[in-house]
Amino acid sequence: MKRRKFDPAALPAKTAGAVDDRFQVATPLRKLLNKVFPDHWSFLLGEIALFSFVVLLLTGVFLTFFYEPAMTEVVYDGSYAPLRGTPMSAAYASSLDLSFDVRGGLIMRQMHHWAALLFMAAIVVHMLRVFFTGAFRKPRETNWIIGSLLFWVGFLAGFTGYSLPDDGLSGTGLRIASAIMLSIPVIGSWVTSSVFGGEFPGTIIISRFFIAHVLLIPGLLVALISVHLGLVFKQKHTQWPGPGRTNENVVGERMFPRYALKQGGFFMVVFGVIALMGGLFQINPIWYFGPYEAWVVSAASQPDWYVMFLDGSTRLMPAWAISIPIGEGYVIPPLFWPTVVLPGILVMISLFYPFLEARHLKDRKHHNLLQRPRDTPARTAAGAMAVGFFLVLTLSGANDVIADKFHISLNAMTWAGRIGLLVVPPLAYYLTYRLCLGLQQHDREVLAHGVETGIIKRLPDGRFMEVHQPLTPTDGHDGHGPALDYVGWVVPKKMNRLGALGPAIRGFFYPIEKPAEAPVSPGHPPVEARPEREEIGSGESRR
Amino acid sequence: MSTHTEHQAQRGPEPLDVNDPRLSRFEIVEEGARRDDIEIVHYEPQVVPGSKAERRVTRTVAAMFLLTGLAATAFLIIYIWWPWKWEAGRGGDKYYTPLLGVTLGIALLGIGFGILTWGKKLLPKEVSIQDRHDQPGSPEDRKITGETMLYMADELGVKRRPLLGVSLLAGLLPVGAVVAAPLVGGLISNPHKNRQMFTTGFAGASRGERIRLIREDGRPIRPSDVSVGGQITVFPGIEGGVSNKHADSPTLLIHLREDDAQKSREANARPEIGHAGYMWGNYVAFSKICTHAGCPASLYEQQTNRLLCPCHQSQFLITDNATPIFGPANRRLPQLPIEVDEEGFFVAKSDYTEAIGPDFWERP
Repeated sequence: MKRRKFDPAALPAKTAGAVDDRFQVATPLRKLLNKVFPDHWSFLLGEIALFSFVVLLLTGVFLTFFYEPAMTEVVYDGSYAPLRGTPMSAAYASSLDLSFDVRGGLIMRQMHHWAALLFMAAIVVHMLRVFFTGAFRKPRETNWIIGSLLFWVGFLAGFTGYSLPDDGLSGTGLRIASAIMLSIPVIGSWVTSSVFGGEFPGTIIISRFFIAHVLLIPGLLVALISVHLGLVFKQKHTQWPGPGRTNENVVGERMFPRYALKQGGFFMVVFGVIALMGGLFQINPIWYFGPYEAWVVSAASQPDWYVMFLDGSTRLMPAWAISIPIGEGYVIPPLFWPTVVLPGILVMISLFYPFLEARHLKDRKHHNLLQRPRDTPARTAAGAMAVGFFLVLTLSGANDVIADKFHISLNAMTWAGRIGLLVVPPLAYYLTYRLCLGLQQHDREVLAHGVETGIIKRLPDGRFMEVHQPLTPTDGHDGHGPALDYVGWVVPKKMNRLGALGPAIRGFFYPIEKPAEAPVSPGHPPVEARPEREEIGSGESRR
Repeated sequence: MSTHTEHQAQRGPEPLDVNDPRLSRFEIVEEGARRDDIEIVHYEPQVVPGSKAERRVTRTVAAMFLLTGLAATAFLIIYIWWPWKWEAGRGGDKYYTPLLGVTLGIALLGIGFGILTWGKKLLPKEVSIQDRHDQPGSPEDRKITGETMLYMADELGVKRRPLLGVSLLAGLLPVGAVVAAPLVGGLISNPHKNRQMFTTGFAGASRGERIRLIREDGRPIRPSDVSVGGQITVFPGIEGGVSNKHADSPTLLIHLREDDAQKSREANARPEIGHAGYMWGNYVAFSKICTHAGCPASLYEQQTNRLLCPCHQSQFLITDNATPIFGPANRRLPQLPIEVDEEGFFVAKSDYTEAIGPDFWERP
């Protein structure tokens, strides 16, 4: 029998055949390779969160190799001379070692922290995108709920991680967290002492936070993110309205190769930016804060940005305690409202918003087409209201720094925050609503009358008027074509959107290609204004 | 699958024979897309093969990848040979992390932008349209699935044999409790053990022990150690008094000016306060743990006798029994009764007479 020769060229096909024999992947793989994704820059915001999360996992695993989650008291004997000989917890000492005695440990720590901040920021911006474009509507309510939960789970991940170094700042944060738990009526003291294993700070909280931070919370995050992505995949991405785009189709690129290539490149860019930030911008320099000591704190103790709104709400809350004169007397401290009740309300509002809106509008349809924020003034204004509320609280979370830097009275800042919290959101609602209506009106105006050309003509009777370029061929009567309907997408408002300036010339320093002949030679007005096109509105008043 | 074939039927043309040797590879790809209900409606190469533009973009992408290689090599060299151990002063070690960040960042950005340019500039632009198929299952399918599930319930026969259901429930409930028990039982900790929420490191003073006020370094304090208008953080002079083990004990000892001390004494003597005799001379001691959220209320303004907590800006008026006068705190800072022992050092007369720190439900 003739020996078969080894043919390397046939190897991939043979392997693929062997794989398909066993796992029957050819058909599903084709479907996957062919899946169409719509493309728009605003669809990449969630990706930033996802990519930051990958960086968090990578850097986080590195950190666990060196971090010691113990509150045993040790005396520091590392490289950082100013703290040598200081008694501190093993957690803090190992965090210092990570920064000074592990080669490249500091950049890993800083990348981890920056990635966490970016993760939360990307979640918030992505959520705003989804909210303002109506992407949360049926059939995507479940994914909206998962996304909202992801914010709060990420919040917990951030807080537990922030507490692990056990430095002066994070210990203060922990103490406030214990006070928040204490403020819960009836069960507060039991919850606190169970979480901390006795009186604050106890000796066990760091190891409990550690396992929550490295196992329980990331596990939950991975699970939620997987379902989130799975649902995006199953339900297919929403798309903006536009030519050929309907509620029943997806217009875009197939996933492979171009779309996937762009995603991969984008991941590396996000990773690279985090690396640059981790190397160049110092963050959480724990060695300046010293170990946590219950009696030490400095002014301008601020939490990470995504916690600042709660800090702000805590600062603004008036000292209203509720005393309940039963038996020995009970009390609901003022701390309870801004730190337990307020986040609770915020969670509930965000979870139920899609259903509330659908109920209000009696809307039971499937929506795969996005809406421009201006076309839904009420929703957009409500979103602006929420953003205004959040901003006032976040700024109030730094009101001592603002007071210091701008030489404003601290008490005035607090009062400004209290009043601002009541005034800014309704104001934001009103202004946004008007803004949306104005933009809508302008869109309709351009559709009816055409684009402003910037060319001012003087008529024989002395009047001046601007020449408009209609968007449809004119019918030769009064300079108007048939009225165009608004289709929920961008209306061109500048002449170069209509190609009046010719294509942009490609090339950075010098043109790569010979520029295409501009449709209009320079020196001439871009549009030859024929007499019958000159005026918009009533054609009769001409001349 | 049924919708799939329906669609193909609507579309008309028979599926292509993909084994036809005349077909180009792209035509086979198009046929595959069509079988997934995708129409490639626009497919436009961005560069002409062999053109100057193509070579240029290729060079750009290649340059980015090579930049990545250079930066990554630089990273390794710096990682290995750059002095990295912390030293006092402005040594080269201060540049270690920034250099690592810059080289790693450039390496990653190079590969990222290289891939992006490759994808965006060299690959053909396309517009494809895919059907969504997000209609719910047909009424028939829904009925079949629903009936199947009901049938399963019928087969189990819980309705006919209710004892099974009841006993299963009765059996499972304790099992659920068994799952929860170790978690709750292990974690739970009584907050009122040893009256820990109402006592501090000074508790011994109430039992007649002599507990001195000590400094951070453990030395006791004489009245002359605190100048007029000055303040000092003091701790119970017990084992571990200056540590987080007694996180509720840090106390602020303030030496008031004569007129302020007079005001303070009058405030203390008011019957609803009942703190007469808590001061020693012009010295007064308050808990440093804020009654709002437990931060140390540590910023003392001498001129106005206000104590400010830097966490949430609660302000306490020391001369009025540390009453909160601004911010979110709703409760006075507890006062520590103090005196001076026969050796001339400050001691606590008794423990605090109110609960320390943040408010909670059962604080009477």
